[in-house]
Amino acid sequence: MIFVSLLIIAGGIFFFFAGAVGVIRFPDFYSRLHPAGMIDSMGLLLSMSGLALYVLSHHGLTGTNILTAIKIILIVIFVYLTSPTATHAIVDAGIRAGLAPWTKKKNGGSDDPSH
Amino acid sequence: MNSPRPQPDPPEAGGGFKPVPFVVTFVVMMATWVALSGKLDIFHLSLGVISCVIVSLISSDLLITTSTFKGMPGLWLRFLLYMPWLIKEIILANIHLLKLVFHPRLLEEINPQIIEFRSRMEDDMALVTFANSITLTPGTITVSLSVFGDYVVHAIDDASAESLPGEMEKRVATVFGEAHG
Repeated sequence: MIFVSLLIIAGGIFFFFAGAVGVIRFPDFYSRLHPAGMIDSMGLLLSMSGLALYVLSHHGLTGTNILTAIKIILIVIFVYLTSPTATHAIVDAGIRAGLAPWTKKKNGGSDDPSH
Repeated sequence: MNSPRPQPDPPEAGGGFKPVPFVVTFVVMMATWVALSGKLDIFHLSLGVISCVIVSLISSDLLITTSTFKGMPGLWLRFLLYMPWLIKEIILANIHLLKLVFHPRLLEEINPQIIEFRSRMEDDMALVTFANSITLTPGTITVSLSVFGDYVVHAIDDASAESLPGEMEKRVATVFGEAHG
């Protein structure tokens, strides 16, 4: 059971890594928010559920540990409520400031050094 | 300058004390307090009761704006049934985006675009839930949403753009008991 939870945590960390790589590789401000959202949703979901499983399986099913697991799951719930709002605020700020999104037609799909 | 307002608030008691939202807010706050503190002795519980009463008095009219609760239990139940489907969608979209992130020719694969559509849902809560679900799913971000249900969504590629509004809107509409289309 501990191995299962470690596997889940490792999967979460892999998604964190992929999100960081995505933020670097994607071409512009708006598209970089997509991998950032990946960190929020999948990385957090996997690593936190892995931690909750680890607490329950390694330290035993006592009341305190169940409460700790509930608190860890509450982190996921609160981030799932707030993260879309924050992302929307960032996108809205970009649109209001007049930044045009990167599109394939305009930039030709090749590596454009100006972006 | 200091003229009194014409009609303070006769029948519906606008700024007055409303017991039902107060009790609901208090119960939610207290459950959160107990879950986060984990201590069930008199001292910590009484501290919780005092702070929850103060917070509920100040903010119960902000947290709960409707005065009727008909259909609430069914709504919460349907929302709980919606959650597993949403998490499944999030996982699928994440795997799709993971492929894009590690794709060697990234700039040929993605096709960032802004799409617009209109939802026929009318309830504010349903519109916001749908917008947050779109943003929570990687590959699509809600740029703006009007009170009439006009959505502007930034999608990272064609596959992400095609899935909207689609099934997610139908499911959110079912949760809130709305017509969709």
